[in-house]
Amino acid sequence: MELRYDLAVIGGGPAGMAAALRARERGVERIIILERAEKLGGILEQCIHTGFGLHYFGEELSGPEYAGRFIKEVEKTDIDVRTDTMVLSIGEDNTVTAVNKKDGVLKIHATAVILAMGCRERPRGALQMAGTRPSGVMTAGTAQKYVNIDGYMPGHKVVILGSGDIGLIMARRMTLEGAEVKMVCEIMPYSGGLTRNIVQCLNDFGIPLHLSTTVVSTHGRDRLEGVTIAKVDERMQPIPGTEEYVECDTLMLSVGLIPENELSVAAGVELDRVTRGAVVTEMRETTKSGVFACGNVLQVHDLVDFVTMEAQTAGEGAAAYIRDRSAFDGAEYIFTKTGPGVRYIVPQKVNIHAPEDVKLFFRVGAIYKNARVVVKADGERISDKKHVRLTPGEMENVTIKRDTLKHLSPDSILSVEVEE
Amino acid sequence: MYDAAIIGAGVTGAMTARALSKYDVSVVLIEKENDVAMGATKANSAICHAGFDAATGTLKAKLNVRGCEMMAGVCRELNVPYKNNGSLVLAFTDEEVETLGTLYDRGVANGVKGMRIVERDELLKMEPNLNPEVKAALLAETAGIVCPYELTIAAAECAASNGVEFLRNAEVGSVEYKDGRYFIGTSAGTVEAKLVINAAGVHAAEVARMMGDDSFEIIPRKGEYFVLDRNVGGLVSRVIFQCPTVMGKGILVTPTVDGNLLIGPTSLDVPDCEDVSTTWEGLEDVKRLAAKSVPAASSRDAITSFSGVRAHGVSGDFVIGRSSACPGLINAACIESPGLSAAPAIAEAVEQIFLDACEVRPALKEKYETGRPAPVRFRHLTDEQREELIARDPAYGRIVCRCEMVTEGEIRDAITGPTGARDVDGVKRRTRAGMGRCQGGFCGSKVLEILAQELKLPDNAITKFGRDSKIIYERTK
Repeated sequence: MELRYDLAVIGGGPAGMAAALRARERGVERIIILERAEKLGGILEQCIHTGFGLHYFGEELSGPEYAGRFIKEVEKTDIDVRTDTMVLSIGEDNTVTAVNKKDGVLKIHATAVILAMGCRERPRGALQMAGTRPSGVMTAGTAQKYVNIDGYMPGHKVVILGSGDIGLIMARRMTLEGAEVKMVCEIMPYSGGLTRNIVQCLNDFGIPLHLSTTVVSTHGRDRLEGVTIAKVDERMQPIPGTEEYVECDTLMLSVGLIPENELSVAAGVELDRVTRGAVVTEMRETTKSGVFACGNVLQVHDLVDFVTMEAQTAGEGAAAYIRDRSAFDGAEYIFTKTGPGVRYIVPQKVNIHAPEDVKLFFRVGAIYKNARVVVKADGERISDKKHVRLTPGEMENVTIKRDTLKHLSPDSILSVEVEE
Repeated sequence: MYDAAIIGAGVTGAMTARALSKYDVSVVLIEKENDVAMGATKANSAICHAGFDAATGTLKAKLNVRGCEMMAGVCRELNVPYKNNGSLVLAFTDEEVETLGTLYDRGVANGVKGMRIVERDELLKMEPNLNPEVKAALLAETAGIVCPYELTIAAAECAASNGVEFLRNAEVGSVEYKDGRYFIGTSAGTVEAKLVINAAGVHAAEVARMMGDDSFEIIPRKGEYFVLDRNVGGLVSRVIFQCPTVMGKGILVTPTVDGNLLIGPTSLDVPDCEDVSTTWEGLEDVKRLAAKSVPAASSRDAITSFSGVRAHGVSGDFVIGRSSACPGLINAACIESPGLSAAPAIAEAVEQIFLDACEVRPALKEKYETGRPAPVRFRHLTDEQREELIARDPAYGRIVCRCEMVTEGEIRDAITGPTGARDVDGVKRRTRAGMGRCQGGFCGSKVLEILAQELKLPDNAITKFGRDSKIIYERTK
């Protein structure tokens, strides 16, 4: 089945929906959203806890409620939504090939494509975790689906490895459902999750957090019976002699989210080695002309509110491109550079002729207290802000004024660094 | 009552079942686990060795070479992927270069064709990602790679289509001889048979002892592996060996038929034959030694690790033949490397022993299969073929496993039939759903649902690999 659209959005989660809606608002006519699940909403559908929308709506919503706001908006439009549809590839000319039960193989000819595929969880197999391989070892997101969507308990005595938000949320969720969550282990000397989650999920429930600790081995023939934990050194290697056996029947892993860019890589989109998402301009265009990226597939976000805003930017970019393919021809890009203390910056490329101020999103590589975030253009300080606390688990942003950009040249270097 | 009961549905037992199923005899394949291929068969190097490694004159040597010859044909019949990609044994020192000469000579004596020594320059052109410190290598063109559990599943399906019965979750606990036949006591009831074929893997010596035969001893020997992402599957195109030691062929680096890279195994005798745990030290050894052959082969690209336990026979050779202590027992035991390579030949040999052991020599069935229908592999189809397939059955239009592109239709197919999957790992081995980068994170719960539907069981009755490997429990409040 061959179809023609102006814009194909891959992924119908909060990123895809916001991007499609903004493109619609900007006049893009034929839009299709391709979603692999049975309904729109993405990962929010299983995030039944609240805390979503504090910034964007000024309200405290649950994941499904937040997604629901956008689903309602999408339903009001004539945006073509195909669920239960899996994208197989993105071609040279931005042709998207997808498949579903009803339509068979779909060949979608689109002028622009927005990548909004979200991210996947790092599994046990990617860690060097020794021991037996029984049932009972699962990623926190998988456990979340079993509990919140399918309505089943995946276990009763739980150890969680990884103090990222999903691990913290599941610590509370399992406790509320009557499981015994014995501990959360975190290999780093600090937690990767939002501070409010440490408080509301661990402290409030008396669940201990063991930093600089990892799980080295699993035990149990058929179902998990216990794990061996150990302290780690500065190189994150287990310290011999610190091993401890912890009885449990469930090990939940919250050890990293990886943007799902298999399709992007196959299509020739260049990725940033640190974010594992695409290299993009401030309009979120990737290195492939007409292909834009937003949401977790671009960089793993902490707050869906920022996903929405980023997706709207991508929608704007796609709309501009569809309106006039040469829209970005006059752009002159400089590369953003990470300085000391900064792990990555999105966008990686900024047009010095950008018509509006540009927000740079970044993450720091360690915890800083009372430090300054300094932006430099060609070595000169252009902005300087004091932060009481900076942590890798909370994405930050800094605004570069349009006027500042105007005065730069294509070989200028725009850097963000942390000054203690 | 059966003419033959085969104990153990690994590659040896399944291939033997297929061989016997051509004849007008009743055969039962007895397996203690919830599926075929659950022992060493699903946890080995997946290689069809050329046959220069085993000592000349041994069954290992004879059956390896014969099996290697037969493998391509058997795989074609059974629609099992097989690749004749060749192997290289690397030499890093002058001593090792001499060893290559010894292996070459042994290969010639064993009847191996297509071998030659390759010098460094040509070697690095053939395989640019090898450690540049390599001096030379022994190339064996007849070596290949095959998926051991897919071969086993296919052989079992073929056997079943010819009438062989498959009895799973049936652990053999006793064997009594009475009234001219054997009463095999299993956890799924008693099975009566005239002849017993012992293909019980690491438990083969125990089974033999139950029947009064204590002529051989097995030492369980563990081997650990990493599976690396398909992104690095092309680092080498051939099977890369290091020079062998007393403990075995050493660590290898090899592509798999599915495009991953496999590194391993270690070799460590273990007291518990069911101990398939991986160890920190073992995995570290695999990393270190694999990097010696292919520096870029790194565990940073690992998508999973596993270990298996081989049945190392103390005598050093396979034990295949009629038991002198117990005439109704045919042993096909101590099948460690090159057991997979030799499998077609071992089955052929056991077939002959069986025919000779029957009171009346059985005739061939009028009609029998030696193959099985090719399973649907959506990921290998063209868009036109996919379109046709989905029009025929929409279940092939829903992709369940994103990483390996496996459809709902293929998963349902995997569950049907007497030798079909009954658990999540069984579906995984038949379809590859769950073998990709996310290791079942996305598709696992969907596979569980499909299994529950097909088997008409509640979701929480589905296990990961049978026994007590429950995945989910009671409903939430």
